[in-house]
Amino acid sequence: MKPALALLRRDISLAFREGGAIGTALGFYLMVVAITPLGLGPDLNLLSRIAPGILWVALLLAALLSADRIFHNDYEDGTLDVLATGPLPLPLVAAIKSLAHWITTGVPLALLAPVLGLLLNLPVETSPLLVLTMLVGTPAVSFIAAIGASLTLGLRRSGMLLALLVLPLYVPVLIFGVGSVSAAITGPASPWPPLLMLTAFSLASIVLAPLAAAAGLRNAMR
Amino acid sequence: MDQAVGIAAHSISCQRGGRTLFKALSFAVPSGEALFVSGPNGAGKTSLLRMLAGLLPLAAGRFSVDPHVEAPLPELCHYVGHASAVKSALSVEENLAFWADYLGGAREATDAALDVFGLEPLAHLPAALLSAGQRRKLALSRLFVAKRPVWLLDEPSVSLDAASVKLLDRAIAAHLKGGGIAIVASHTPLKVKFSHQLALGAERAA
Amino acid sequence: MPSLANPTRFLDLVGRIVPWLALATAALFGVGLYLALYVAPPDYQQGETVRIMFIHVPAAWLAMFGYTLIAIASLGTLIWRHPLADVAAKTAVPIGATFTFIALVTGSLWGKPMWGTYWVWDARLTSVLVLFLLYLGLMALWQAIDEPGRAGRAAAILALVGAINVPIIKFSVDWWNTLHQPASVFRAGGSTIDPSLLTPLFVMAVAFTLLFVLLHLLAMRAEILRRRVRAMQQSQVEHATVAGA
Repeated sequence: MKPALALLRRDISLAFREGGAIGTALGFYLMVVAITPLGLGPDLNLLSRIAPGILWVALLLAALLSADRIFHNDYEDGTLDVLATGPLPLPLVAAIKSLAHWITTGVPLALLAPVLGLLLNLPVETSPLLVLTMLVGTPAVSFIAAIGASLTLGLRRSGMLLALLVLPLYVPVLIFGVGSVSAAITGPASPWPPLLMLTAFSLASIVLAPLAAAAGLRNAMR
Repeated sequence: MDQAVGIAAHSISCQRGGRTLFKALSFAVPSGEALFVSGPNGAGKTSLLRMLAGLLPLAAGRFSVDPHVEAPLPELCHYVGHASAVKSALSVEENLAFWADYLGGAREATDAALDVFGLEPLAHLPAALLSAGQRRKLALSRLFVAKRPVWLLDEPSVSLDAASVKLLDRAIAAHLKGGGIAIVASHTPLKVKFSHQLALGAERAA
Repeated sequence: MPSLANPTRFLDLVGRIVPWLALATAALFGVGLYLALYVAPPDYQQGETVRIMFIHVPAAWLAMFGYTLIAIASLGTLIWRHPLADVAAKTAVPIGATFTFIALVTGSLWGKPMWGTYWVWDARLTSVLVLFLLYLGLMALWQAIDEPGRAGRAAAILALVGAINVPIIKFSVDWWNTLHQPASVFRAGGSTIDPSLLTPLFVMAVAFTLLFVLLHLLAMRAEILRRRVRAMQQSQVEHATVAGA
């Protein structure tokens, strides 16, 4: 227990201390949501209909931007080697780092979303549901991003390559996340079935993704 | 957690990038003794240490630990490689405290660890400000925050001044006296009494 | 299959199979195209354009066949450490991706006369598009890593993660599709295919599959030879190094 908590605590402090990673992700999120209406036109009706989609897609991109740092720093300075000789199995190390990424990136983005929703005329009553779907879906985003991060360690253009590898895997998250909120807005379908599917997908990712990420890490450390 | 163990390698082979660096290599390092690994660049010194640390799979052969213990070999080792594993955003003390927590040592051991190489005055400073030599000393201080019987040191004296190398020699000698073993890869000789020598890359000249 | 694990014996086998396979493929294509273009009747609604189905459906089938092949080869790399597994996986990716692309293009061309647009976001086409994106990811990863061993293992992990995801993606896309109810799906592949179309479709599907296998074997042979050349170049460098260069 103690090594796991120590690692989690350390990763979270590093995220706060090392050069504004969280701020950058939030800033990017704001940027994308702000310029989208400039491209689509200010028709509030249109914007409110596509708001859940835009908010989700922009969130995925912002989360992917910072996914690089899940393992990269530790790989570069040799920390990963020493972590691998510790008492925790490597999949657990990967899971803890993914969890730290979720806490420091996924959660802040999800909490910012309703504020940005105001820019897109998202009906205010759906804000709680929007935040809920994002809090439920962003663990999958972080944990799957960790797989991409582990496969692209030390490569050129790893950030963009990571996004390319991982985005198709986010299709279910996007579909169910947006589907739930859209159902609440347009009705009469219930928002709960897609939300449950999203929950199941997230839980499955939390359990399975670290195994793949650990395999990727072992491969990179050879 | 003071276990006295010896390590033996049985006919191990190493492959990297499709090339075989060495094969059918065997050696034994009993408790309290040290192995010095020499050889030109690319001969496989680092690879050998990484194989012991569990970071690189063996292409053939196996390691054995005598007496047999429950823990896997990597958990018995302190691996200090080329990279220092120092986080610039944390203070010197925070770096060591983390390793103490993670590797199963006691928090109190951190102070003693800082003293070995005289890093106590720097304890609260951010590690970003350290020089290369100080980083190396911080990396080596990791050896003292948790007790592990096997020390795997890859070029430990790089960036160290003569006084620090003496401290390192003394630390290794004390570790050996306590029943631990050390496997050191180095270009420069160390004063420690190495009862075993391994020269890699010799066969390739043939 | 220990005999196939030896690259030399594999090359030998390929050398012997390829001429027959090429012959069989050409013959089947001959028969299939004849059936598809002359024997099969035009659809009463779509007219002659329904014949695109004879390329589109086999191509879509090969898109999935290719990915399944890659997934199995990936298991071979990671679990059984079969020496030819990563060669099989690496060479199957561009072939599978090309057939996926063909499926997308023919699907688009088929749609234009029917719906007036070049693209329709129906469940099937969308799933094929996502599959294409997965192929692109694999190609990008293979290209990005220089060392073949590491590249093979990384691509194998990605392929397996993708394979596990594919049913989930398909399920979510189907669900998404029913939600938005665009123009309905191409009938081909469903139970409403007229029997007179089934035989040519089957022949074309087999012909295309044989083509895939033929191309794959040729590509594997080329890759094995390429690796031999590289190994020879590497040992040249080593000898020079030892001699003091």
